[in-house]
Amino acid sequence: MRHRLAWPMVTLLLLLVVNVVFNPGFLHVEWRDGHLYGSLIDILNRAAPLVLVSLGMTLVIATRGIDISVGAVVAISAALAAWMIGGALVVQDGVAVHASRFPMPLAILAALAVALFCGVWNGLLVARIGMQPIIATLILMVAGRGIAQLITGGQIITIYYSPFFFLGSGYWLGLPFSLFIVALVFAVLHLAMTRTALGLFIQTVGINPVAARGVGIQARSLTVWVYAFCGFCAGVAGLLISSNVKSADGNNAGQLLELDAILAVTLGGTALTGGRFSLVGSVIGALIIQTLTYAIYSLGVPPEINLVVKAVVVFAVMLLQSPEFRATMGVWMVRPGSSEVRA
Amino acid sequence: MCSASVQPVLQLAGIDKQFAGNPVLRGVQLNLYPGEIHALMGQNGAGKSTLIKVLTGVLESSGGEMRLSGQLIRPDSPLAAQKLGISTVYQEVNLCPNLSVAENVFAGRYPRYGLSQGYRIDWGSVHRRARELLARIGLDIDVTQLLSSYPVAVQQLVAIARALGVESKVLILDEPTSSLDEDEVQKLFEVLRRLRGEGLAIVFVTHFLNQVYAVSDRITVLRNGAWVGEWMAKDLEPQALISAMLGREFSVQTAVAGAQRGNTQNEPALLQAQGLGQAGRLLPVDMSVHAGEVLGLAGLLGAGRTELARLLFGLESADRGSLHMRGETVQLSNPADAVKHGIALCPEERKTDGIVAELSVRENIALALQARLGLRKFLSMAEQTALAEHFVKKLGIKTASIETPIGLLSGGNQQKAVIARWLATDPKLLILDEPTRGIDVAAKQEIMEEILRLARDGMAVLFISSEMSEVVRVSDRIAVLRERSKVGELPGGSTEDEVYRMIAAGNA
Repeated sequence: MRHRLAWPMVTLLLLLVVNVVFNPGFLHVEWRDGHLYGSLIDILNRAAPLVLVSLGMTLVIATRGIDISVGAVVAISAALAAWMIGGALVVQDGVAVHASRFPMPLAILAALAVALFCGVWNGLLVARIGMQPIIATLILMVAGRGIAQLITGGQIITIYYSPFFFLGSGYWLGLPFSLFIVALVFAVLHLAMTRTALGLFIQTVGINPVAARGVGIQARSLTVWVYAFCGFCAGVAGLLISSNVKSADGNNAGQLLELDAILAVTLGGTALTGGRFSLVGSVIGALIIQTLTYAIYSLGVPPEINLVVKAVVVFAVMLLQSPEFRATMGVWMVRPGSSEVRA
Repeated sequence: MCSASVQPVLQLAGIDKQFAGNPVLRGVQLNLYPGEIHALMGQNGAGKSTLIKVLTGVLESSGGEMRLSGQLIRPDSPLAAQKLGISTVYQEVNLCPNLSVAENVFAGRYPRYGLSQGYRIDWGSVHRRARELLARIGLDIDVTQLLSSYPVAVQQLVAIARALGVESKVLILDEPTSSLDEDEVQKLFEVLRRLRGEGLAIVFVTHFLNQVYAVSDRITVLRNGAWVGEWMAKDLEPQALISAMLGREFSVQTAVAGAQRGNTQNEPALLQAQGLGQAGRLLPVDMSVHAGEVLGLAGLLGAGRTELARLLFGLESADRGSLHMRGETVQLSNPADAVKHGIALCPEERKTDGIVAELSVRENIALALQARLGLRKFLSMAEQTALAEHFVKKLGIKTASIETPIGLLSGGNQQKAVIARWLATDPKLLILDEPTRGIDVAAKQEIMEEILRLARDGMAVLFISSEMSEVVRVSDRIAVLRERSKVGELPGGSTEDEVYRMIAAGNA
């Protein structure tokens, strides 16, 4: 069990097995209505926003920071896109017509731009002003919901413009379109990590920021960019979420998403203290959380204790992944030997 | 006090220690007699720290046995070792600077009274007994003051008093003199001799040969994790000691190899500072360095040498004066600028400012060069490996592999890796701030020779060291600083006395 991703993969496998046990049709995938259909596809589709936010969060955590505002940025991005597209059902001659207040591409760009700006804001607070990341992003976490509410006018905006639904619930080549968006972002990140020095610089900044500066790395700019990227990912996630549920709720969109993202990153093997990180690990971590959520729902767990069950399972997983805990268990399983005086 | 017929109070035999299959200690033995000061010697990476950690319960040995007064023991935690009577005073003192002296002496074992013996701390007793313990080692200070308000030398003595308070039989001192000046070292030795007279067994780990001979009775030498030998200090010549540590013949260089080089001052200076200063840190300084010369910065603690180095490297911004490279004015607002101009700085505190602990040796060595190349010109794995292996060989860095996290290397090898990192950028000016601190004799010599070689090949070197003998031995010119300003310059080949005289004279 030496490989870093071994435990996360085992956990995911275990969860899939649990799902199969309680839901015999879990692994069943069929072709229906021109695309693949099944529980697995569902999980992948719903996991997409979390995977995106987790990827952004991974880089932030690697620099020894944290971003708890991602949920709020999701809400802002969703709210802005929804507002620009418009929440009115337009009927012409008795037929519902696709109408959007602003061109959809413009709405999407605007939402992403604002999300990026939120990220830059966080990054500047941390890098230029030197605020502790949790405090800096706390500001936007709280204020962001208010901003989203301002945009939606305190209402839930229902989106009737069907071309927009393609993002979150559309299919392309048989697979959910959201998967391709995630794949694209992951591919760009992977290229950046393997073809440029970005991975090395981020790790250095996370492990020893003083040494990073002393070696000539532009640590401050790098930090701002990392938070900006995290905000951007949250923006894309916001578009996917609002597209999927066909509405934008300033209050509930992305609720607790930041905690799930941090959890996904930690489950994937990246330490909260920064330094070495694993993008693949975070993806697996996000899939773990999504599969777990799916299992809880399909098991018919009453919604009130839903979160408690999730917390217990996550706690158990973290224990298993902890080397100290495994060592302690190992000690209990081995018989005590020597007759030496144990001081 | 020698002890041929007395039983050793602590005996280690056949101690083995492995880290993931790599043997770090093999069959090591150590005999500590009561009323003796025992020096533990060895190069960096010889296993001294590991042995100390086994002794003090931080690590458990993989084999061998430890006997305390004849009884087998196996401390599995520092607390267990302390309860057995083994106490340690570390180089960084490891006490709580935010607590008072008395609180530090009794931390974790405050005398209490009240309900079921655990309710209230008897402060009167704490202060009185702390004063008594400190008096035993000849220290008379206000025990209610914060520990941080006292200099390091006093803090160390407090740590020793704490060890006495727990009725230790064995006292281990790990590099106690690195942050002390001459007077403080002598005071410490007085205390050690007094404790020796009371029957304590003292283990003394140090790099300074003259100190070993000044105060030790017995010497044990380790090399590459193996036990080399145990001698009475009076029976072992310094040359023989060094040979034992290195495993080969070795002669301490006394020749001033550097001063024989030709005068390169006719060319324009590579780097020239005019009135360079920073409010509160450094008064305006004029200095210049030429290609191919070694400029030594001499001064006592607090003279401003590191402050000057940081200004020259862009780590701090000068608010007075100007900096010129080959006649052109340059503005250095961050290290990235300095690196672009071909300046490199090996920082004083390699653990906190130099190494990136979890990254491998390879990544650490490639780091500065990669930072200068920027984000896109990524050094491939093959290039990084070649670079790292080249410097591991050239500077003799001892590491199991270049993929080992650098945090696991010994201090001396970490230092060599940091120097390697900067050499990889092919700098025009290399600033070395205390490059030989905490490094054994042989490695020090290697680094000094490397400095001379670099200068001979045309590099300008700015060399800062607290060991005046080194500065004097290797520099072509010496700039003397005192209390944050430059008081003068001396040619290479000057004696240590001349430097001290200039420091004492001030702005004469």
